[in-house]
Amino acid sequence: MAETVAAPKNVKFIITRQDEPESSPYTEEFELAYRPGMNVISALMEIQRNPVNATGDSTVPVCWESNCLEEVCGACSMVINGKPRQACAALIDNLEQPVRIEPMKTFPVVRDLVIDRSRMFNALKRVKAWIPIDGTYDLGPGPRMAEKKRQWAYELSKCMTCGVCLEACPNVNEKTNFIGPAAISQVRLFNAHPTGEMNADERLEALMEDGGIDGCGNSQNCVRACPKGIPLTTSIAEINKQTTKHMFKRWLGV
Amino acid sequence: MRGFYSRKIHSLLGVIPLAFFFIEHMMTNFAAVEGGASGFTDSVLWLNSLPLVFFLELFGIWLPLLYHGVYGLYIAYQSKPNLNRFNLERNWRYTLQRISGIITFIFIVWHLFQTRVQVAVGNVKHEELGGVMHDIATQPLLLAVYVIGVVAACFHFSNGLWSFLISWGVTVGPRSQKVSSVLCLGLFVIVTSMFLLSLFTFRDNEFQAAASAAQILRSFS
Ligand code: SF4
Ligand code: FES
Repeated sequence: MAETVAAPKNVKFIITRQDEPESSPYTEEFELAYRPGMNVISALMEIQRNPVNATGDSTVPVCWESNCLEEVCGACSMVINGKPRQACAALIDNLEQPVRIEPMKTFPVVRDLVIDRSRMFNALKRVKAWIPIDGTYDLGPGPRMAEKKRQWAYELSKCMTCGVCLEACPNVNEKTNFIGPAAISQVRLFNAHPTGEMNADERLEALMEDGGIDGCGNSQNCVRACPKGIPLTTSIAEINKQTTKHMFKRWLGV
Repeated sequence: MRGFYSRKIHSLLGVIPLAFFFIEHMMTNFAAVEGGASGFTDSVLWLNSLPLVFFLELFGIWLPLLYHGVYGLYIAYQSKPNLNRFNLERNWRYTLQRISGIITFIFIVWHLFQTRVQVAVGNVKHEELGGVMHDIATQPLLLAVYVIGVVAACFHFSNGLWSFLISWGVTVGPRSQKVSSVLCLGLFVIVTSMFLLSLFTFRDNEFQAAASAAQILRSFS
């Protein structure tokens, strides 16, 4: 059987770039030779090695962020062909061409595809998304968690603070200060923990402050966009229930 | 007021009293289908014979409507629709909820001007409202505007209930939200058909008897 020599394929990229946080964005096109199994990050690495754009001019390499390269750290989130997702998990084989790459503009753009996700980490601090166990003496083992509960709580713990759910949300924008779905889901996680539960009210009250849970408008894009399949809308509704109960409890003084 | 409470009040007022009044209004209109012109007039008169009707209207309709409407416009303003990127059913409903809210608010203000305000300033008597509606429903352009307004209001009502159930933590899991979606869709079909049936019934000639009064109204619109 005669072997057909595949013509060398090229992959075209249209990348939205930005030199500085305040400068205006522009697009630059790149064309790379196709390699089996390549993904958006490996393509960006190739541009870094050989920073020449599609017209053959040498240019400044494109900046981006990545760490784990296996969709668990959330650092490489960007908008690829209109959808916010992790670049390290975006296989070129599965993408329509030209591949359009943009930063997630819901967050401040630092440079090119690098964004500043500080607001997500601040949100986690605001809602106290941790379990306080520090003391001056050994407090001993905490209460056990039921296995059934542990199973769904584990799903919530998979959140990597990637920001995709905020990018997908029509209510997270410059006109609101909505905290976004991720932190609300973390409140559900830590309020479900037998030790974390002891500080449940503080977390609920943080979500009843300005920019809290009332910012949700039920578009439910988040749950469809989350790369970890976290049941965000269930978390939001559950926290709606908990904050509503808390509101009545506070009024009635119980 | 802090966002949490003002939003909760907005949500609550949408159901109590506004959704209840919406249903009540639907029944009053439907009296036109069941009992003709006299049936409709009777039901309007009955409603206006309720004790303390002024306060019922003020606290049960006017003020809630004002709050829900104005705050709702602010909510709509704050949203940044992204249907182009997320062409999903729930996202469509989210967007339509805001659009239908704006349409409904404008429509209600106009509808109130044509009916309740005219009664208040003495141009029209309660008994003549059927005639006013006949006059509107027989003009194709006005009828079209009414159909749009009614459908928008019915959507806003039904989908708003769906959203209310989530915002108060009644429907939490995906299955309950799916079931309430189906129920609210059913509700949408029912209320829309009842309102539209009534609207088209107003075209009947028997409502014309009172239409002479409506002639006066024409000079105002
Ligand atoms: S909830 Fe999902 S989409 Fe949102 S930050 Fe966490 S992992 Fe990302
Ligand atoms: S590099 Fe960690 S998620 Fe892509």
